[in-house]
Amino acid sequence: MTIRRFSAVLLAILGFAGLLSVAAPVCVKSAHAAAIDADLKSLSGPKTDEIAAKGDPGAEKYGTVNDVPVSDSKAGLTLSDVVNQVGQNKVAINFVWTLVTGFLVMFMQAGFALVETGLIRAKNANHTMMMNFMVYGLGLFAYWVTGFAIQMGGSAPIANLGGVYPLNNEFAVNLFGKPWGLFGTKGFFLSGTTYDVGVMVLFLFQMVFMDTATTIVTGGCAERWKYSAFAVSTIFLGALTYPLFGNWAWGCGWLSQLGVNFGLGHGYCDFAGSGVVHAVGGLTAMAVAMQLGPRIGKYNRDGSPNAIPGHDLAFVLLGCFILAFGWFGFNPGSTLGASGNGCLRIGSIAVNTMLAGCTGSFASLLYMWIRYGKPDASMAGNGLLAGLVAITAPSGFVNTLGAAIIGWVAGILVCLSVEFLDRVGRIDDPVGAISVHGTNGLWGVLSVGLFADGRSNYGGSWNGVPGNVTGLFYGDAGQLVAQLIGIGTLVGVIFTLSFVFNWIVDVVVGQRVSAKVELAGLDIPEMGALCYPDFQLKAAAHVVNVGNSVGAKAAN
Amino acid sequence: MKLMSCVIRPEKLDAVTIALSKVGVVGMTITDVRGFGRQKGQTEHYRGEEYTIRFLPKVRLEIVVQDDQVATATKAITQAARTGNIGDGKIFVLDVKDAVRIRTGEQGTVAL
Repeated sequence: MTIRRFSAVLLAILGFAGLLSVAAPVCVKSAHAAAIDADLKSLSGPKTDEIAAKGDPGAEKYGTVNDVPVSDSKAGLTLSDVVNQVGQNKVAINFVWTLVTGFLVMFMQAGFALVETGLIRAKNANHTMMMNFMVYGLGLFAYWVTGFAIQMGGSAPIANLGGVYPLNNEFAVNLFGKPWGLFGTKGFFLSGTTYDVGVMVLFLFQMVFMDTATTIVTGGCAERWKYSAFAVSTIFLGALTYPLFGNWAWGCGWLSQLGVNFGLGHGYCDFAGSGVVHAVGGLTAMAVAMQLGPRIGKYNRDGSPNAIPGHDLAFVLLGCFILAFGWFGFNPGSTLGASGNGCLRIGSIAVNTMLAGCTGSFASLLYMWIRYGKPDASMAGNGLLAGLVAITAPSGFVNTLGAAIIGWVAGILVCLSVEFLDRVGRIDDPVGAISVHGTNGLWGVLSVGLFADGRSNYGGSWNGVPGNVTGLFYGDAGQLVAQLIGIGTLVGVIFTLSFVFNWIVDVVVGQRVSAKVELAGLDIPEMGALCYPDFQLKAAAHVVNVGNSVGAKAAN
Repeated sequence: MKLMSCVIRPEKLDAVTIALSKVGVVGMTITDVRGFGRQKGQTEHYRGEEYTIRFLPKVRLEIVVQDDQVATATKAITQAARTGNIGDGKIFVLDVKDAVRIRTGEQGTVAL
């Protein structure tokens, strides 16, 4: 071979080698992808006429490659079809989870209605049931019009629900060089861009939580609250007060950002709403109950309280069971999903919930039995609820020991709180709403800062702070500070807001019924019908120091 | 004819009814009432507060009998209803002017 020929051959070989080295990865890649799509095409599922001919009781032929939708029937099944279906499955699982748990929470309205009605006198049963009935319609309406937008208008993105990207405007002010989110501005009437499937799921779930707060108030104010005042007050709570704190805690508002902005743990943490729902409800109940004054005959001139037994303890305890059942939606549902981002904690959350309810009722039972000689049904019920309220905030962050302790403390706290409000505070609370939801809502918020064990993991961060929520007992004192700021906000801002709103309602509408109406029972004067027209309503069989009792507050 | 209006303990109703039927008194009317005589009320607790139930549940049993049956009926009722404790109740005997059977219109002692 001549040198020229050798160079030409060498050049050809090198050129070919060069081409190969450049083309090979590309070729390999496309060969790789082509192989996958080709693999997919070679997959086949069971023949449909086979299933039609024989049936499939053992589910051997259901749920196969035939069930993955093909976007282009000419191209056949591709990798992108499969990957899209995976994403769809995650969002679908989470939608179903959030909706079904939301339906359970809606059913808690029935539980509250029964608990409250059982604890009041038969002559007021229609009125009490109707207050609990209409919190649903009135609250939902207020929330659809403005509440949801204020609370969640800026809460995007929520990965579990596919993003809810239209909820993308949070109004914030700048203080100390940080943004303080105050309220959202997207989602009024669920109109415009918020007509979105993910937003719908979130709306339903958030609404039933709001309604839990509004129905708490009716219990503390029963047996002397004007129905018209109740209606106006409920609309205020659902349209403005509740959504404000809800935004600060859950809607990317300033409380949730205390960690990101100021290094306080993971910011204010409230997994399912001891603060957002129960403390807001309980403190509002206290604000209105203080303005209403005690029922006629509740207090004697010397300040000592009288017992006013309710008319149906079976209702009370049945209602408590319904609430405990609904709480399986309240806490585990607050993951907003069962797939992705740590959602498999739902079992742990559910167990924490049931445990706290159990130790709550146990502690209350023992306390009353030892102190007063016999077990007290209504306090055992209140104890169950107190435990459930208290575990609501920490439910996603604690272990079962923490849950059991939180519930136990709640069970005793509720009894002490009832005694304190009755005897010292002289705030008449016919059903213990303030003690169950207010006192123990605040205890629940506090307990996150103590018992969160840092072992939960919801996608590697919470409220924008990496790592897992941890309380004081497990090493993070900053978390406790964030929780205390939340408590301060609830007591200082939300209670005050509720008090002022309801003072305005008192001036414009008048909150309390007249003494004549109250003594007759609210059913006929306010509602036009007895709850139990076929039954002879009895006069109270127990002695009230009649000469000594204090009449209605001067109103009307 | 005499009306015997008896206030007895509710749990004694069965025993009294049986005792009366043994002495030939079969017609009666009962009402659920509440009351007290010298029996003190019952003290209980509700949500930590003491309260006294002063009006205790009782049953008022009313029978109308011939004048000569009053003594027998009194003995039967008393023996059946007595426990020996305060709160056993009372029997009041009143004069009855007339009695009418609604179904037939009969009047007087035949209506009993």
